Amino acid sequence: MATSLPRRRRKMESAIEWLLAGAALAAILTTLGIAAVLVGESLPFFRSVSLWRFLTDTQWTPLFADPRFGIGVLLSGTATSSLVALAVAIPCGTALALFLSEFAVGPLRESVKPILELLAGVPTVVFGYFALDVVTPLLQKAWPALPGFNLLSAGLVMGVMIIPYVASLSEDALRAVPMSLREGAYALGATRLQAAWQVVFPAAFSGVAAAYVLGVSRAIGETMIVAIAAGQQPRLTLNPFEPAATVTTYIVQVAKGDVPHGSLGYRTIFAAALALFLLALTFNLAADWIRRRQRLRGRIS
Amino acid sequence: MTEPVATSNGQRMNGAAGHPSLKAETRGLSFFYGEKAALREVNLPVHERRATALIGPSGCGKSTLLRCFNRMHDLYPDHRYAGEIRLYPDDINLLAPETDPIEARLRIGMVFQKPNPFPKSVFENIAYGLRLRGLRDKTEIAERVERALHDAALWDEVKDRLEDSAYALSGGQQQRLCIARALATEPELLLFDEPTSALDPLATASIEALIGRLKSQVTALIVTHNLQQATRVAEFAAFMYLGELLEFGPTEALFNAPSQKRTEDYLAGRFG
Amino acid sequence: MTDRARLKARIQRAKQLERGFLLVAWLLLALLAAVFAGLFVSMLQTAWPRLQPDFFLSFASRRAAQAGILAAWVGTLVLMSITAAVAVPLGVAAGVYLEEYARQSRLTTLIEVNIANLAGVPSIVYGLLGLGLFARLLGFGASALTAGLTLGLLILPIVVVATREAIRTVPNAIREASYAVGATRWQTVWQQTLPAARAGILTGIIIGLSRAIGETAPIVTIGAVTFIAFLPPSPLSPNFPFISFDWVWSPFTALPIVTFDWTSRPNADFRANAAAAALTLTLMTAAMNGAASWLRYRLRRRQRW
Repeated sequence: MATSLPRRRRKMESAIEWLLAGAALAAILTTLGIAAVLVGESLPFFRSVSLWRFLTDTQWTPLFADPRFGIGVLLSGTATSSLVALAVAIPCGTALALFLSEFAVGPLRESVKPILELLAGVPTVVFGYFALDVVTPLLQKAWPALPGFNLLSAGLVMGVMIIPYVASLSEDALRAVPMSLREGAYALGATRLQAAWQVVFPAAFSGVAAAYVLGVSRAIGETMIVAIAAGQQPRLTLNPFEPAATVTTYIVQVAKGDVPHGSLGYRTIFAAALALFLLALTFNLAADWIRRRQRLRGRIS
Repeated sequence: MTEPVATSNGQRMNGAAGHPSLKAETRGLSFFYGEKAALREVNLPVHERRATALIGPSGCGKSTLLRCFNRMHDLYPDHRYAGEIRLYPDDINLLAPETDPIEARLRIGMVFQKPNPFPKSVFENIAYGLRLRGLRDKTEIAERVERALHDAALWDEVKDRLEDSAYALSGGQQQRLCIARALATEPELLLFDEPTSALDPLATASIEALIGRLKSQVTALIVTHNLQQATRVAEFAAFMYLGELLEFGPTEALFNAPSQKRTEDYLAGRFG
Repeated sequence: MTDRARLKARIQRAKQLERGFLLVAWLLLALLAAVFAGLFVSMLQTAWPRLQPDFFLSFASRRAAQAGILAAWVGTLVLMSITAAVAVPLGVAAGVYLEEYARQSRLTTLIEVNIANLAGVPSIVYGLLGLGLFARLLGFGASALTAGLTLGLLILPIVVVATREAIRTVPNAIREASYAVGATRWQTVWQQTLPAARAGILTGIIIGLSRAIGETAPIVTIGAVTFIAFLPPSPLSPNFPFISFDWVWSPFTALPIVTFDWTSRPNADFRANAAAAALTLTLMTAAMNGAASWLRYRLRRRQRW
C-alpha cells in the first residue's frame, strides 16, 4: 500500500499532463481545421477557375450566367473601408494611448478606461446598425450626394470600433518603457509631451506597431458593419463615397442566401475566405514577429 | 538666438579667501512624501566648479536631496517641499512656485545610477538636449555634440559610429554618453546619482577620471555609496543620516577628523 | 537675465503645445463618449415603442408590431452555455499546461504563435470552419451545437491568454509551499494555483463570452435561421434519465441574428424591432463587461501579494 500509492499517483499525474497537453494542442488543431476546410473547399474552385483569373479579373459576378471571379474587386472594398477605419483608429488610438500612459494618473485613468471598455464591448452588429441609421444620415447632411450605403460611414464606425483596441494595446507597449528613459528626458528639460512623443513613443514603437498591425487585421476581418452599412454590390473602387462589397460582405451574403451546397457559387465563399485568412495571417504573424523581436532586443539592452 | 541656454560661468567671490564662490545652497530644505518627512532642515552649500559628495547609509535621503535640485519629485504625486534652494549668481529659488520645474531641469543636468541612453543614435542622444533648448542650426549642433563627446572622453571610441544605436555601446560607454548628453547642454550644475554603481571597476575608474577633469568647467553634486570614490573625486563632502545633514566640510577634513560620532562610525564601516 | 527670459519663453511654447495635445485628447474622449451616448440614445428612441413585455415573450412574426425576441434570447442563452462548455475546460486546461507544465520547446512556441494568430483570425473564417467541419462534415447541421462549438473555438484564445495571465500572478511561494508539504504537481495546480487565480480566470471567461454573445458573422455563416416560432426542447425530460440533450441539436436563432435580419430589411417598420433587439444585446454585453470590470477591480484590491 505504502509503495503502490505513489506509483498510482504518478500514473495519474502523467495522464493529467497528457490531457492538458491535448487541450493546448486544440489551438493547433483549430488552425489546421481552418486551413483544411478552406483549402479543401477551394481546391475544386481553383480547378475550374485559374488562380491567375482569380487574382487579375476586374469583375466579381460569380452568381451571374457569365460568372467572373476577380477577388481584387472584393479586396478593393476591404482595402477602402479598412483605410478609412485605420485613418481614424491609428491617430486617435495613439493619442489616447499616449494620454493614458503618460498623462492620466490614478483616478483619472480609472475613469477614462471604462469609456473605452464600453465602446470595445458594443457588438459589431449594433455598430453596423449605428453606421446605417445614424452616421450615414448625418454625413448626408454634409454631402447630400452620399448614397445610403457607402464605405465611408462603415469605415468611420469601424475606426471608432478599433480605437479602444489600438489604444489599449499601444498603451501596454508605452507603459512597458522603463521609467529611467522618461526620467532621462525629463532631466534634460523635456515636457511630458516631448518625453512622450520623442522618447517613450520611439522606444515603444515595436509594440505600438504590433498594435497597429493587429488593428489592420481587425479591420480587414470586420464583417457586420460593412455588410450592413456599405452595401453588397461588388465594385472595383477605392472611393469611400461609393457603396461596395468587401470580402466579408460577400461571404455573409452568400451564406445567408440559398446557394446549393457543392456548387461553384458555394465554393467561392471558401476561396474568398481563404484569401482573407491568408491576408489576416500575414498581418497577425507580422505583429507576433515584431513583438518577439522587441522582447529579444529588450533582453539584450 | 544661438545660445538660448542661460549659462553663467562668472566667479562670485564671497569673502573667504581661497574658497570658491557658491553656485547653489539649500536653506532649511525639508521634503515630504505624503506625510513622511524624507529630508529635514537641510542647509547645504554647493561650491562653484568643485565636486561635492553626498554620503551616508542607504535611505538617508541623499538621492532625495539630489532630486530636489532639478525638481524630479514634481513628476510624482504626493510630494511637498519646504525651505529654499538658491541658485547663484542670479539668486533664484528653485523651489519657488513661480519657478517652473522645467526651467530647473533646463539649467541643471543629471546623470543617473544606471546608464539610460535613449533609443536613438549616439549623435541624436546628445543632440536631443540641444534641440529641447531650441537649437536648430545643424552645424552648431554637430559642433556641440562633438565637443561634448570630447569632454566626456568618448569621441575617439565613437567618432566612426555616431549613427549607430546607443545600445550598441558598452555599459561604461553608455554612461559616458549620458554624461556627454548632460554636458552638451552646458549645465550650471551637474547632478550625479551614484553614477558608477552599475559599472565594473574599469568603467568606474574612467568615469571618476572624467569627473575629475570636468571640474574646471562644471559644478558637480555627487551621490555615492563608495567612500573611496568620494575622497578621489570630491573637494567637499556632506554626511547625511535619517534625512538630516549631520556634517559638511572639505572631504579630507571630514574623513580624517569627523566632528560627529555618527560620521566617524559610518566612515569606519560600523554601519552602512 | 534676457537669457532667462528667453528660456522662459521657450518653456511657455513647449507647454502650449502640451496643452494643445491635452485639449485634443480630452475632445477625443468626449467625442467617443458622445458616440457611445448617441448610439445608446438613438437605439433607445427608436426602440422605445417596442420595449414592452410581449416583445420579450413573443416569437418572430411577419408583422413588425407582433414580432418578438423570445426564441432569440433563449437561443442566445443556449448558445452561451454550449460555448462556455467548450471554451472553459479547453481554455483553462491549455492555459494551465502552457504556464505550469510546458517546457520551452519548439512545440510550445508553435502553440503560442498559433494562439496569438487565432486571436486575430476574422470571426467569419471561424464561421466557415463551423460550416465546413461541424455543420457539413460531422453532420451537426445548422444546430445550436454547431454554433456553440464554433463560438467556443472563437473565444478559446481569450480564455487561454486570461488563464495564463492569472496564473502568472500567483506567487511562486504558494507553489513551493505546496510542494514542500508533499503535494504533486497536479495537486498543487488544482488545490493552490487555480483557486488563487480563479478571479482572473473568471474575468477572462466573462470577457470571452461577452465577445461571443455579440458575434454575428460566424453564426450567420453557419446558417442560423432567423424565423423560429418554437423553443428548443427542455433539458429536463419526464422519463429516465430525466435529462435530455435534444436541445443541442435543435435549430436556433440568436439576438445578433434577429438584429441583423431586422436591420437589413427594407421595411422601415422593423427598424424599431432592430433597435430594441440591438439594445437588449448591448445591455447584455455591457452587463457582462461590467461584471468583468468589477471582478478585476475587486481582484486588484484584495490581492495582497
